[in-house]
Amino acid sequence: MDQQSLRDLESRCIQEEPAPCRAACPLHVDARAFCGRVAAGDWPGAWQVLRRGMPLPAILGRICDAPCQASCKRDEAGGTIRIGALERACVQTPAPAPPRTMRLPARGGSVAVCGSGLSGLTAARDLALKGYAVELFEPGTVLGAPLLEAFDARRLPPAVVDDEIAALTPLLKAVHLGARLSQTETIEELGHHFDALYLDLAAVGTPTRDRHLWADDESSAMTRGILGGGDTPSPVLQAAQGRWAATTIDRRLQKVSITAGREGEGAGPTRLFVSLAQIEPSPPVAMADAAAGYTAAEAVAEAGRCIQCQCLECVKVCAYLERFGSYPRQYARQIYNNAAIVMGARQANRLINSCRLCGLCTEICPEDFPMADLCLQSRRDMVARGKMPPSAHEFALLDMQFSLGERFALARHAPGSNHSVHLFFPGCQLCASAPAQVAPVYSHLRRVLDAPVGLMLGCCGAPAHWAGREALYQEVRADWRLQWEAMGRPEVVLACATCLEMFRDHLPEVPARSLWHVWAQSPLPELAAPPPEAPLAIHDPCTTRHTPAVQDAVRHVLNRCHIPFEELELGRRRTECCGYGGLMQNANPQLAQEIVRRRAARSPSDYLAYCAVCRDNLAAVGKRTIHLLDLFFPSGEHPDPAGRPRPGWSRRRENRQRLRRDLLADLWRERSPDLTPHPDIHLHVAPAAAQRLETRRILIEDLQEVIHQAETSGQVLEHPDTGRLRASARIGHVTFWVEYAPAEEGGYTVFNAYSHRMEVAR
Amino acid sequence: MIQEGFASPEDLRWKCRRCRVHLELAPVTVTYLDQEFSADLPRCPVCGLVLISEDLALGKMAEVEQILEDK
Repeated sequence: MDQQSLRDLESRCIQEEPAPCRAACPLHVDARAFCGRVAAGDWPGAWQVLRRGMPLPAILGRICDAPCQASCKRDEAGGTIRIGALERACVQTPAPAPPRTMRLPARGGSVAVCGSGLSGLTAARDLALKGYAVELFEPGTVLGAPLLEAFDARRLPPAVVDDEIAALTPLLKAVHLGARLSQTETIEELGHHFDALYLDLAAVGTPTRDRHLWADDESSAMTRGILGGGDTPSPVLQAAQGRWAATTIDRRLQKVSITAGREGEGAGPTRLFVSLAQIEPSPPVAMADAAAGYTAAEAVAEAGRCIQCQCLECVKVCAYLERFGSYPRQYARQIYNNAAIVMGARQANRLINSCRLCGLCTEICPEDFPMADLCLQSRRDMVARGKMPPSAHEFALLDMQFSLGERFALARHAPGSNHSVHLFFPGCQLCASAPAQVAPVYSHLRRVLDAPVGLMLGCCGAPAHWAGREALYQEVRADWRLQWEAMGRPEVVLACATCLEMFRDHLPEVPARSLWHVWAQSPLPELAAPPPEAPLAIHDPCTTRHTPAVQDAVRHVLNRCHIPFEELELGRRRTECCGYGGLMQNANPQLAQEIVRRRAARSPSDYLAYCAVCRDNLAAVGKRTIHLLDLFFPSGEHPDPAGRPRPGWSRRRENRQRLRRDLLADLWRERSPDLTPHPDIHLHVAPAAAQRLETRRILIEDLQEVIHQAETSGQVLEHPDTGRLRASARIGHVTFWVEYAPAEEGGYTVFNAYSHRMEVAR
Repeated sequence: MIQEGFASPEDLRWKCRRCRVHLELAPVTVTYLDQEFSADLPRCPVCGLVLISEDLALGKMAEVEQILEDK
C-alpha cells in the first residue's frame, strides 16, 4: 500500500467527518464537543471549545444566530438542540482565564480595517495575531458601535463589548474613532497608505461607486489588496467573513496562493453518517424564563439531549473492531505503519490477523470501507515479506494439510459407476463435526439427482487463503481442479457455504451449487422427529452474505417441512461470523470466544445453523444450536441434537479419518489401513487435561508422538514422589510436553500437556 | 531475555530417569526465529536433558516468542 492508497482508504471511513452542526457553522465551532462539555457541567471546558472556534466569544456567544441548529440530527428525534441558547448560557458563566494570546512576530505588512462590527473586529484581531500592523478606523465614537446599535443591552451588555475590545486593542497599532469612511476617496487614499484594506460593510456601509474596490474575489484581492465583507444579517457569518478576509489578506501579503487548501472553509455538507436507531425521542428543555435564557441547570439538561453524532456503525456490530479501540480509518493507518516499520515491534499484527474477513462491516458501512480486503492484503504482504508471525495460523494450516492428506482426502465415482455428472463435496468441517451425516446425505443425493453422483473428500483451501498464503492456496486450488477434471468436470454440490464462496470467487469455471439448493428443488429426506414447536432462530453463515439464493433455499426447505423459524436481527446480508472466518479462532482465540458468545446472546431461541463450524462454535459456548442436517439425520449418540457438544480438535481429525475408512468399506467395499501414527499407544486423558488440550490446541496424536519418542529413547524425566513422567518432543515447529504415567489398565494416563515454540539447542 | 534462573525448587526435584540423577540448574541455549538466548534451566548433569516447566513455557517463553514474532 502506498501513501495515496492509504489516503484513499482513509477517506472512505467517515468517522472523522465533522458532525452536522460543526459542518453547518461558518466558523466550524465544534458544537458537539461544546454540548458534551455543557452536559458534563464543565463550563470552563465549554468556554474553551467556543474560544477555539469563535473570535470574540463573549460577544458572538450572546448573539450567534446558530445556523448549526438547522442541521442538528436531534431534530429527527424530538427537536434540534438549542445550541444558540446554550452558547448564551455558557458565556454568561464566569470566563476562565484566557490562554496567553500568542501573537506572531511582526511580519512587516500594514493593514487598515474600516469598521468595528463583528467582521471588522474579527479581521483586525486575526491579522494582528498574525503579526501585521493593524490600524482600525471606526466612523462612530466608540469601537464596537455597530454592535451596540444592533443589539439591545439585555442581549449584549455594553460592558461585555467593552471587555472584548479592551482585550483586542493592545494588539492593534492604532485606533481611529470618528473616521470619515463613506467617501470612496478616503478609501482609495487608505488603499495607498496600507498594504491591504478591509472594509466591514455592516459598519461603514457599501460605497456606491467603484464597487470592485471591495469585491472579495481573488483578482481584486490580489491586485488591490482591498476586501469587503460583513454585509449579512447573520452575526456568525459576519465574523466568518472577517476571518476569511484576514486569511486572504495574509496570503496576499505573503505572496502565496489565496485559495489553496481552503476548500473546507465555511458552512458545507458532511459525509458523517449518524444513525438514530437507538435514540429515544426527547423534546427540547423548556426555559423557565425565555427572556433570560437557559439557567445553568436547564442548559446542562438540554445539552444532555445531544446525541454526540458519530458513525461507528461498523464498530457497533463487530466486537473485533471494538476490541482494538478505534475505527477503520485509524486501523488503516496502523496497518500501513505496521508494514512500513523497519525496527521495532509490529504492533498491528494482531489487529491484522484477528479480522474474521466476514465483510459485515463493509455491508454496514455507508461508504463500503473494505476492512476484510485490507486485512487479507496485509496478511499476503506479511507472508511475502516473511513477516507473518509463524504461530498465527499454523494450527489451521496443519489441519488443512490433514484434510488434503491420505487420511481424509478421497475422490470416487459413485459405487458401480465409471463417471460422475455430479460430485458431492461435503467439505472438511461437516465431516469433522458430524461424519455420520455424510453417508445418508450422499445416499439421498444419489436418489434425487438423475445422474451419477461422485464423492470427494478434502478441503477447498479456505484456511490457506485466509492466512494470506497465496502460493499455498494456489497449489491447493490447482490440485483440487486436477482431481475435478479427472472426475470428468462434474457439477459440484457443496454442503459448506465457505467452500461455495471459495469456488465462486476462485474457481468460477467449476459449476457449483449448495446442497440446500438441491434440496429445495428435490424430494426431501424424511424428518427424523416431528418439527419443534418453538421457532428456531436462523443463523446464516457469514459466507452466505452475498448468496441470498442459499439463504432462501434453507428457508424454503424449512417451510416445506413446516419447521417454524424466526429471523435474527443481524441475519441474511447482515449476519455475523461465528469466529471461524478469517482464522480469527487461531490468531485470537479469546476474542473469537467473546464474539461467538455475543452471537449466541442475540436471541433466547434455539438456533438453526447450516454450517458445521457455526453450529459447533455456538454449541461450544453452550448455545443450543441444531444443524439443518440434524433434523433429518440426527446423531445416534446424542438424542437432543441442539445439545450435541462440539467435537474437540482430536476428535475432528479422528472423525474425518474414520469417515473415509467407513465410506470406502461400506460403499466401495475397499479395505484401507489405519494410518494413525501410533494407534497402539492408548491414552487416558484426565478430564482437567482434556480441556487444556482443547484450549492449547494439542492433539492426542501429538501426545502419542511424545510418549512414543520418550519410551523409545528413554529420555524421560521422573518425579520421585509421584512417579509421574514428563517428556517432550519437537513436532514441526512446536515442542510438546506431556506429563503422564503408565495406566493400570494398560496404556498411559495423561495428566497435563503444554507446548512452546522456542527450541532448546542440542 | 532469560538471564536469571527459570526454575522453581519443585522443577529441580525431577530426575532424569535414564541417568538416575536430579536435574541441576545449568546454562542452556534456546533459539527462536534465528535468535539465541541463554538461560539457567533445570538440566540433567549427565545427559543434558532439559526441563522446560509449564510456567516458563506458557509465561516468559510465550511472551518472548510473541515479541520475536512481531519483530
